[in-house]
Amino acid sequence: MSTDVTKSQGEPGGAAHDGAAPAAVPATDPRLLVREQGLAGYWADFTRRMRSGELGSVPVVVGLAVIWLVFWLLDDKFLSAQNLSNLSVYVVGTGLISVGVVFVLLLGEIDLSVGSVSGLAGAVFAVLAVNEGVPEWLALVAALLTGCLAGVVHGFFFARVGVPAFVVTLAGLLFWNGLMLQVLASDGTINLRDGGLVRQLTSYYFTDVAAAYGLALIAVLGYFTAQWHEHRRRTAAQVPARPVNEIVVRTAVLAALAFAAAYMLNQYRGLPLALLVFLAVLVAFDFLLRRTGYGRRVFALGGNTEAARRAGIDVAAVRISVFALAGTLAAFGGLLIASRIAAANQGAGSGVLLMEAIAAAVIGGTSLFGGRGTVWSALLGMLVIGSISNGLALLGSPSHVQYMITGAVLLAAVVIDSVSRRTQRTAGRT
Amino acid sequence: MSATPVLALRGVSKRFGAVQALTDVHLAVHAGEVVALVGDNGAGKSTLVKAIAGVGPADEGAFVWQGRPERVTRPHDAQALGVATVYQDLALCDNLDVVGNLFLGREIHRSGVLDEVEMERRSRELLQTLSIRIPSVRIPVASLSGGQRQTVAIARSMLGEPSLVILDEPTAALGVEQTAQVLDLVERLRERGLAVLLISHNMADVKAVADTVAVLRLGRNNGVFDVATTSQEEVIAAITGATENAVTRRKARTAEAPQ
Repeated sequence: MSTDVTKSQGEPGGAAHDGAAPAAVPATDPRLLVREQGLAGYWADFTRRMRSGELGSVPVVVGLAVIWLVFWLLDDKFLSAQNLSNLSVYVVGTGLISVGVVFVLLLGEIDLSVGSVSGLAGAVFAVLAVNEGVPEWLALVAALLTGCLAGVVHGFFFARVGVPAFVVTLAGLLFWNGLMLQVLASDGTINLRDGGLVRQLTSYYFTDVAAAYGLALIAVLGYFTAQWHEHRRRTAAQVPARPVNEIVVRTAVLAALAFAAAYMLNQYRGLPLALLVFLAVLVAFDFLLRRTGYGRRVFALGGNTEAARRAGIDVAAVRISVFALAGTLAAFGGLLIASRIAAANQGAGSGVLLMEAIAAAVIGGTSLFGGRGTVWSALLGMLVIGSISNGLALLGSPSHVQYMITGAVLLAAVVIDSVSRRTQRTAGRT
Repeated sequence: MSATPVLALRGVSKRFGAVQALTDVHLAVHAGEVVALVGDNGAGKSTLVKAIAGVGPADEGAFVWQGRPERVTRPHDAQALGVATVYQDLALCDNLDVVGNLFLGREIHRSGVLDEVEMERRSRELLQTLSIRIPSVRIPVASLSGGQRQTVAIARSMLGEPSLVILDEPTAALGVEQTAQVLDLVERLRERGLAVLLISHNMADVKAVADTVAVLRLGRNNGVFDVATTSQEEVIAAITGATENAVTRRKARTAEAPQ
């Protein structure tokens, strides 16, 4: 006790800032989040993520595996090369629309017009290329620009005028659908020319087996090189790097998936051009989202708009550009859908298309609340939706059953999203 | 402590319609000094901070920056001079990781692509020099505690190499341990030779880290005190505007009671 007294007397007034601040300690708190080496460490890290609600794409991958297993047990034709190849072409049109929806969802907004815009783009293309005799590439560019322009209009009214995106795009849903009917005018259906550029998008297959295997090889090598390069730069800069064995395991998993898919595709007609286009779009937009300043701004807006504004980000410009992107991708998706059915008709862009595009993004793991998600959720979500409709068609079920099941899957995905968000909140406050 | 203050405000006044929010306010902050700005609700603390940060420029008065008069009419002007403001709501993006938040709006690029490695290296360096302990610089800010979020927000203000850091109620929502972390950080800012303007309601915090206390009352200066030689009662008296009030009477009663 007496030592305490003398000590407090030694510091007159007891002003706390007489004592110097503690000496520098490592910036990382060693108590937390340091993964142990080896398999046990991976497992511990995985369970921690699951428990704190960082589910990522785990639910959808598990769901997809279950769906495939069930349909395969019910009808083994489901996992045949022909069926899977057709599925891979089927998902592309709606999948491209869904990529644009992912961007809009990342902002925490929604775009209800993408279905109508895709239908309009198909109509514009068909009228220009078939009726007016415009060169196909020019008609294609015009169709994409139409979608972009529609997106800019939505973005302007949302970002500059301040109308909720929900309402603006609901108006767009009606307006662009009406415009499409006007463009198609007298003839309700315009058949696309066989062998034309757009028709080829879904009918061309690289029949040489080297194409599919080559693409798989390029993907694996590209992934490994990028990871290895990143590893070396991080090690050189003395920041934590992904361990070499983890890179090898990840590359091996990718290689197994890629070559299995390539083998399957080669059993039927080879690599479909549509799938190649879709994968290229996914890789390009994933890069845009995760590796560029633009992508960072999109995420920041979805996380905290006010913080983004104070950090000097031009909020309106980013918002308008995202809606323009969604419109352009919707138009591109619409062209692929027109290509698949070989026609532009009055029913294009209506019905379940819009719901499927939004559902795919959400089922794939992109949050409805903004700020969380990846473009790959468009692929994963579309595979789930496509598999359900394809499998049920094989079993001869009517389409209303398909609606009910897809609706239930969407609800499940949104429930997982909401619950994981709540879990993240509580886990974050411990 | 240098003779020329980093920031000196002279005769600052501000009106909102019929309300005179600030009247002839003077304030000086020196390098390596923590000045606490205290006052009751509505005393004009926030208005004064907004005037300094350029969010709500003053109507009259001189803004003297390192001896030179300057005009600050936009937030950008203040930032260009070297004023960093950490608002009470922190303005962090919960979904981005610590690195993403630190460099938000000033990302480092390498041939057109985000240079994550360099940003992560600099983030670790910055957090290390400020002795900020964060579980990992790669986890979303949402999973940090309130105190850690506050330290990240303060660290972010340091990236612009400011001369003056304004902290608006940095400990208002924090627990005991987290408050101590933030106060440690404030002391480290001072050791690095920065001028710190700390807005606080908490007399214990003010007593703990501030060198000088500037009191505002009803939009006017009501005394500037040296923390070391002033009792808490005197400061409270200046805030409430009287030496005889509910707080001092209660103090007197409770002090007499045990005897």
